[in-house]
Amino acid sequence: MSQFTDQDIIDFVYAEARMLDEQRFEDWLNLFTDDGHYWMPLAHDQTDPRLHTSLMDEDKLLLRVRVERLKGQRTYSQQPRSRCHHLLARPEIETQHTSHQPDQGQYVVRTAFHYVEVRQDTQTLYAGWATHELRVEDNTLRIRRKRVDLLNCESALGSIQLFM
Amino acid sequence: MTYRNNPDAINALVRPAEVHKDLFISDEIFELEMTQLFANTWVYVGHDSQVPKAGDFFTTTVGNESVVMIRDTDDSIRVLYNRCPHKGVMLVNETYGNAGRFLRCPYHAWSFRLNGDLLALPLKRGYDPEIFGQTEAQNGMAAVENVHNYRGFIFCRLNPQGQSFEDFFGESLSTIDNMIDRAPEGRLEVAGGVLRYMHHCNWKMLVDNQTDTCHPMIAHESSAGTAVKVWEEAPEGTPKPMAVEQFAPFVSPYEFFEGMGIRVWENGHGHTGVSNSIHAAYSEIPGYFEAMCEAYGEERAKAILSDVRHNTTYFPNIMVKGPIQTLRIFKPIAANKTLVESWTFRLVGAPDKLLERTVMYNRLINAPTSVVGHDDQEVYERAQHGLMSRGRDWVNVARLYEPGEENRKNEVTNGTNEWQMRNQYRAWAHYMTTGMKEAS
Repeated sequence: MSQFTDQDIIDFVYAEARMLDEQRFEDWLNLFTDDGHYWMPLAHDQTDPRLHTSLMDEDKLLLRVRVERLKGQRTYSQQPRSRCHHLLARPEIETQHTSHQPDQGQYVVRTAFHYVEVRQDTQTLYAGWATHELRVEDNTLRIRRKRVDLLNCESALGSIQLFM
Repeated sequence: MTYRNNPDAINALVRPAEVHKDLFISDEIFELEMTQLFANTWVYVGHDSQVPKAGDFFTTTVGNESVVMIRDTDDSIRVLYNRCPHKGVMLVNETYGNAGRFLRCPYHAWSFRLNGDLLALPLKRGYDPEIFGQTEAQNGMAAVENVHNYRGFIFCRLNPQGQSFEDFFGESLSTIDNMIDRAPEGRLEVAGGVLRYMHHCNWKMLVDNQTDTCHPMIAHESSAGTAVKVWEEAPEGTPKPMAVEQFAPFVSPYEFFEGMGIRVWENGHGHTGVSNSIHAAYSEIPGYFEAMCEAYGEERAKAILSDVRHNTTYFPNIMVKGPIQTLRIFKPIAANKTLVESWTFRLVGAPDKLLERTVMYNRLINAPTSVVGHDDQEVYERAQHGLMSRGRDWVNVARLYEPGEENRKNEVTNGTNEWQMRNQYRAWAHYMTTGMKEAS
């Protein structure tokens, strides 16, 4: 199994954010493993995605629904479309995380971010931390789980239309 | 035109089959809703499982009043206005917590019993008892007099005089009964976290939407329709995911919604899903029916579970879904701003899988990140903008209107009837003008 350097991991995180900012959603979806998950907890330090609800807890089918929906002719909340912008701090390799096992092709990386979503005249800023659990499949890095912890996850939020 | 102390002007806003745009865009109407409508009606505060022990509190709003729901030492639940009688400081600033044996103001340490009575204040000798006895502050924190605990659901009426709890809700309480009866132990607990979603529209648009069955297949084609399409592409033999089971009924045809029926109760309450509903076909959860049979006997268990009401509107501002154990509250903030809170309940004694389904439903449908909610929010916002137009003045609720329906009570009709919306607006005019004095 080939080893990925810290720089490879960091490059992956930046490349993923760029895909989202450029709205290359099909490419983005292909970054996920078949059993991949995108999780945005509702509570700080939430550990249970099952009996406590979340802002998002999407398997690949639900992510596929979102991506297909964004392309739809009758997706009224995206007429006109939203745009997004990620500003990332330098990703940090989470060497202490139990899922960080480079010898088994598993990496964990945490990235502080500012995310801006804009639609028509309204621009909204979110701040948080993304934790990527990556897995090597077919000699490429793929997302097994992306956890997005928002600073204001418990606040009364407006519509969040795209992906952080 | 001013609406204050002008019941005729308010009544004129509600016609048999249409309502005036001022209901949604007028700041004066909004202010009157806060002082009239939300004072004359029984408004949901919270659930007693949120304050299990003496001293436990939960802060919320009734209309635009900040209140504290608190468990007293005698185990009763009080609703206190969240204001120190001294300088007006909001006493409780956290959503949840335990006050211990008394509430204490952070400004001058005046303290209050859990029923709001003044307990102590520092430097008391500086107050002449006779003078102090003539001040309002000697009475402590104001408590809402009329609080009713209905099987764990706490409601209050801010106006000291008015209709009794039973008269206000009448037969509509059967939806709450059914949701509670779905628990093998016959009680519910708030669980799973609360989703909070800010809407830039008038609160009544959300209430209307709860019994609007002509929009799901249109507004939710993008989300539910897409989910069905994506699912159709899954390899044959793949088990149907819970999420697809929850999304798919939203794009049922008009005939489905016509057939599921709507029941209209007095005083603005009503529910869709009389004979069928979008919650009727969820797959069975192992162990649940057995637990229900053991608790209630098979016949009664079947009767409870076959009542699959869709959305029950409790006027003025909550909606309850019995079969999936959620409660949404539409908190008015301004004429064009509403906070929606979506709460979920655990059926005590039922398998965890039921709570998991409830929690998933809440996330998929009611979250600020929900693709179902996005399209609802979009049409509400467009309505909020569109109603500012000078081109038209009225909002139409004429679907299946029949002259004389005003005098009929607790009836079942076609599921796409807008009778329930008309019922709400008639109740709106009634409670807006109750006790209102004509300007002299």
